[in-house]
Amino acid sequence: MKKKGWKELPEGAIIPAAPTSPEFKTGDWRIQKPVWNEDKCVHCLLCWLYCPDSAIKVKDGKVVAFDYEYCKGCGICEQVCPPKIRAIEMVKEEI
Amino acid sequence: MVKSKEMLEIRWHGRGGMGAKTAALLLGEAMIHQGKYIQAFPEYGPERRGAPVTSYNRISDNPIKIHYGIKEPDVVMVLDPTLLQTERVREGLNEDTILIVNSKMQPEEIKKKFNINAKVYTVDATGISEEILGRNLPNTPMLGALVRVTGLIDFDTFLKAVEERLKVKYKENIVKGNLKAIKKAYEEVKGL
Amino acid sequence: MAVKNRKRMALTGNEAYAYAMKQINPDVVAAYPITPATEIVQIFAKYVADGLVNTEFVPVESEHSAMSACVGASATGARVMTGTASQGLALMHEILYIASSLRLPIVMAVVNRALSGPINIHCDHSDTMGSRDAGWIQVYTENANEAYHSVIMGIRIAETVNLPLMVTLDGFIISHEMEVVEVLEDQEVQEFIGERKPLYNILDVDNPITVGPLDLQDYYFEHKRQQVEAMKYAKEVIKSVVEEYNKKFGTDFPAFIEPYRMEDAEYAVLAMSSAAGTMKEAVDLMREKGEKVGLVRLRVFRPFPFEELREVFKNIKAIGVMDRADSLNTMGGPVFNETRSALYDLETRPKMMGFVFGLGGRDFPIEDAIHIIERVKALKEGKKVDMVEYIGVRE
Repeated sequence: MKKKGWKELPEGAIIPAAPTSPEFKTGDWRIQKPVWNEDKCVHCLLCWLYCPDSAIKVKDGKVVAFDYEYCKGCGICEQVCPPKIRAIEMVKEEI
Repeated sequence: MVKSKEMLEIRWHGRGGMGAKTAALLLGEAMIHQGKYIQAFPEYGPERRGAPVTSYNRISDNPIKIHYGIKEPDVVMVLDPTLLQTERVREGLNEDTILIVNSKMQPEEIKKKFNINAKVYTVDATGISEEILGRNLPNTPMLGALVRVTGLIDFDTFLKAVEERLKVKYKENIVKGNLKAIKKAYEEVKGL
Repeated sequence: MAVKNRKRMALTGNEAYAYAMKQINPDVVAAYPITPATEIVQIFAKYVADGLVNTEFVPVESEHSAMSACVGASATGARVMTGTASQGLALMHEILYIASSLRLPIVMAVVNRALSGPINIHCDHSDTMGSRDAGWIQVYTENANEAYHSVIMGIRIAETVNLPLMVTLDGFIISHEMEVVEVLEDQEVQEFIGERKPLYNILDVDNPITVGPLDLQDYYFEHKRQQVEAMKYAKEVIKSVVEEYNKKFGTDFPAFIEPYRMEDAEYAVLAMSSAAGTMKEAVDLMREKGEKVGLVRLRVFRPFPFEELREVFKNIKAIGVMDRADSLNTMGGPVFNETRSALYDLETRPKMMGFVFGLGGRDFPIEDAIHIIERVKALKEGKKVDMVEYIGVRE
């Protein structure tokens, strides 16, 4: 992305848009990746509730996908997934 | 690009928590035992666990006057191979640049897969650190590979310097483990 | 600037500051942490906890309190030090004036960092330039090694003239960069700094005094006039202390200005701090091309060494002055403005232009340093240039 010069930037250092966090893709921070097993999932939505990056996509009350553009790989989803369910497993990122 | 002569410039790429900054500091400190002038500095940005981070070394026989980020390094150290996909690792590379990658893969595979035109070396620093230290701390084994590939410091002098530094902060078994990991990486680096 | 046969340590700028403070072993340190100066306080607190110094360490709730505690402690005749950066220095601002007017030789390690806003934590000189008229001696250093030695010299200078003194180094660029620092032995430091002989001691019950009285229309001016005199005296003292230090320890630090390849120079650049190092390399490269260009590094900004600058620039045709801060007065930065004023009375007045660079931590690569030299050359040749040019900013 070409950064703007001082003549083009809005004055007062404002960012003339909101929300801007979707522009900040944090997926490249990840060294471990959550792998979701749809068959085991009971859609309790605890992972969705706890995910600090809103990277768990829910539709009609059900988990539908993990968004790896934003997932930092923190592993909180794996931790909060009920022990009897274990529908999320963190695996190492590979090249 | 203006390039300073008679100075070795190294750029380290890692992720917050992998020890890219510590690696640069350890190398810098070791090199002063060799009578060199050094700089070791992190990229001036916020450090966040997992986020890509960069650190730098300059090494010279003479006092170093310049103070700015390194754009055309002689050596690039990649602590996490997933970073090879990012632009910043590839910045300023040419066919003479030494690129040392933490990977089980062969150098030729890396060159082909990522379309890199540089002198590529690989070492399984993660595997070595997990085996010896029990977790992924690739920075010290990567130093072993760096010393082997570049020959910039006598290996025993280097080991002694690292030992002195680490023992200030860590217990004996951790210091010994790191030294063992460095030696193993020194032996196992591929592409020579 | 190498110290021969000295112990060589690999230290960051912050570590070098803290190490100097450890060897000085001040009576009192009152401080509050702030990026990028945090480590100074953190490392020093560890020295205290490990019993390596005898210092009374006063952790406070703000920099305003830190400087206030320093003032109180120093008024008892104690040797007092602190460290800060940026907003921390700004928060100390009103107490800085108290320290200097009470003639308290507090020595402060400052890590130069931009003042917000917009919010920024990286290097520029807007913090200490904002304190330039607070009556403190200001020493700007190029690297960790110079910062270390300048703090030790600073104690002697401050305590001789009874003025507070700040040593500065560039935030992150130097504060977080490990370099070779050639250190003195503890004993050498102690012998050099000696004991503080205070102007007064507020706790001396046998000789009771009042400190900090109301000082209105009838006295304030005279006391300010004394501060001017103290600053003049500081020039003598800085010169003699640096000379003594160099002689004793085999160093070759400049007192006020460091001329670099100024012999036969036709045009020149004036720069401070770490950027001066990069500029030296640029001057070397341009000299190889046959350019008669030199550099003067300004080391002491308060008191302002106008006589030394007149002397070094008296035969120079064109000068570019670099500022890592802007006065926002539409005519450049403070170093440019003051240098131009200092040279106004020269018989052959040089052409001058200012350069504002590196604000908010913007990198200053050698290409930009060469560009500055080329612009000063254009000025010398009578080509059209702006009075102030902005280097490294996106248009």
